[in-house]
Amino acid sequence: MLNINNLHVKLEEEDKPILKGVNLSVEAGSVHAIMGPNGSGKSTMSYVLSGRDGYAVTEGTATLDGADLLAMEPEERAAAGLFLAFQYPVEIPGVGNMTFLRTALNAQRKARGKPEVSAGEFLKLVREKAKSLQIDAEMLKRPVNVGFSGGEKKRNEILQMAVLEPRMCVLDETDSGLDVDAMRLVADGVNALRDAGRSFLVITHYQRLLDHIRPDVVHIMADGRIITSGGPELALEVEKNGYADLLAEVA
Amino acid sequence: MAAGQSNLAARAQTTDARLAGMTLPRGAFTRNARREALQRFTKMGVPMRRDEYWRWSDPAAFVTVSPGAAAAFRVDMPIFSDREKLRLIFTDGVFDAENSDDPTLAGVEIARLSEADEADIHWAKPYYGALEAAGHVPVARPLAALNTAAAREGVLIRVTGKADRPVHISYRQASETSDVTLHHCIRLEEGAELTLLETGTPGARANVVMEVDVAENARFHHIRPQGRALERSLLTHLFTRLAGGALFKSFTLTANGRLTRNEAVIDIAGDGATAHIAGATLGDGADGDFHHDDMVFITHDAVGCESRQVFKKVLKNGAQGVFQGKILVKPGAQKTDGYQISQALLLDDDSQFLAKPELEIYADDVICSHGSTTGAIDETALFYLRSRGIPREDATALLIVSFLADAIAEIEDEVLAADVVARLESWLARRKK
Repeated sequence: MLNINNLHVKLEEEDKPILKGVNLSVEAGSVHAIMGPNGSGKSTMSYVLSGRDGYAVTEGTATLDGADLLAMEPEERAAAGLFLAFQYPVEIPGVGNMTFLRTALNAQRKARGKPEVSAGEFLKLVREKAKSLQIDAEMLKRPVNVGFSGGEKKRNEILQMAVLEPRMCVLDETDSGLDVDAMRLVADGVNALRDAGRSFLVITHYQRLLDHIRPDVVHIMADGRIITSGGPELALEVEKNGYADLLAEVA
Repeated sequence: MAAGQSNLAARAQTTDARLAGMTLPRGAFTRNARREALQRFTKMGVPMRRDEYWRWSDPAAFVTVSPGAAAAFRVDMPIFSDREKLRLIFTDGVFDAENSDDPTLAGVEIARLSEADEADIHWAKPYYGALEAAGHVPVARPLAALNTAAAREGVLIRVTGKADRPVHISYRQASETSDVTLHHCIRLEEGAELTLLETGTPGARANVVMEVDVAENARFHHIRPQGRALERSLLTHLFTRLAGGALFKSFTLTANGRLTRNEAVIDIAGDGATAHIAGATLGDGADGDFHHDDMVFITHDAVGCESRQVFKKVLKNGAQGVFQGKILVKPGAQKTDGYQISQALLLDDDSQFLAKPELEIYADDVICSHGSTTGAIDETALFYLRSRGIPREDATALLIVSFLADAIAEIEDEVLAADVVARLESWLARRKK
């Protein structure tokens, strides 16, 4: 589904390479995790995939179902089925959560040549999805992420994912700032979306999120490259010994 | 000195020329007020570019003897149409009795200035021109004095109870050269309440004064979308005085027009009164020149009062925005809570926002704050919206609505606020291509 081949990225403004040849292939229906120390390039990869400004791809490719992601605008990537759950979801005062979600859903449907969803249908859809994430009607009415707690913001990200039904979900440190209960709620939301046609790329510092969202493959990223990959046991090893041993091995 | 003298001479000459081009009404109950206003105007002279508060806006368009031609916007979209209201229509500054509603409303007396002014005795006698006369602080507002002297039309509204529906002053421009002077005088008696809607374009050029005298514990709501005509020049003055416990809330939406100058002079004279004034401006220089100037002067002269000024401007394609706002807290006006924010969202490098926030405080137990910012669209927020599949133009429109939200939140009535949002959304949608 997602294929990243020899991806090199630098900051647009300065000559600072961040990704130095990332290779990654995520098959349909699988969950991959990327772990790595601070500054290894994990979050940059999520931004480059979703099309944030400020980065320049100097070499390599990234495709989603064969389509060249890097040639698309962010909204086109979303319509192609890519979703990024933000580490820091953005507050949009004065724009209701429901308005935002419905605008997003209908924009994607329009891009795919599908009819827009009516207000009534949409309300039903959101209510149903919100319930399992324990998002109440009040939270849906409030402006996007304004006054939301850390946990509420992350749940709201997962709600967007549930409503937009992307094929490829990238979660950028979704566990940061969450207590155990909130993490479980978020993980349950993600697990409910696991499906043979949907893949996940879970970026995290810590193994604990992976207790709840069981990955098929774990990659360790350091200094802009994936240095090693393995099964879930790799995450446990990091939890036990830190990154130092793994980094020493490849050095 | 020579330069100073020639400036004086130029002002006097322009002032004389302005008056020579007008025939002033004699008035009956307003006769004294008009005479005094004319004296004030003659003494102050017309505003000129070098005057402190006209540095950023050229008064010439309001001073020339005849206005330039301005195309009328013939099909102004209705707004607030879901609300029962009492509509008073002015076409090119003349009251249109035929198309207006029957001005009968429980607890409200409504009269047309031109008719009422045939009588020597009227409830409005102590009010007509009074707040204007007191409102030349901290600077002269000569064109408001000229308005008091010259206005033939306008409405006189006296509210003694709680009006069960809004009064709606609806302006229409029919002529490309209409030069309109309107003077409205509103008095809310103790405990009374009124919502006043003021919509549309009064004329190719218009000078509109509204005096609002709010007695103890009375409440006045004012919502003013200033019409869709692109070429008109509009000067408004809102003078208000608040007695103890009174409430005054005014919101203005300006999305079009070549030149707009909205002045507000708010005198908080009674303890525990509240005055909120807000403006949301959308200016697109691609439609023609767009210059929008808000000038607000609030005086706190009582204990425990609150004032809020919230002004937001979205400017693109060379549009210009100006904000000049002042809070004066007089000695003894303790426990004053004064707040002022002016912000501009510039959508390109060609547009400009000029702001002059001022505080002058002579009491020691007060909370006053002011802030002014100028910025571009938040790229992080834009990316967030686009990453959800919302195309750039739609995402930008959502962020504009978001930026203006604080000003619109000053409208208490949620239905009317939603109408204002719908109006600005349609403005944004028209400009997407």
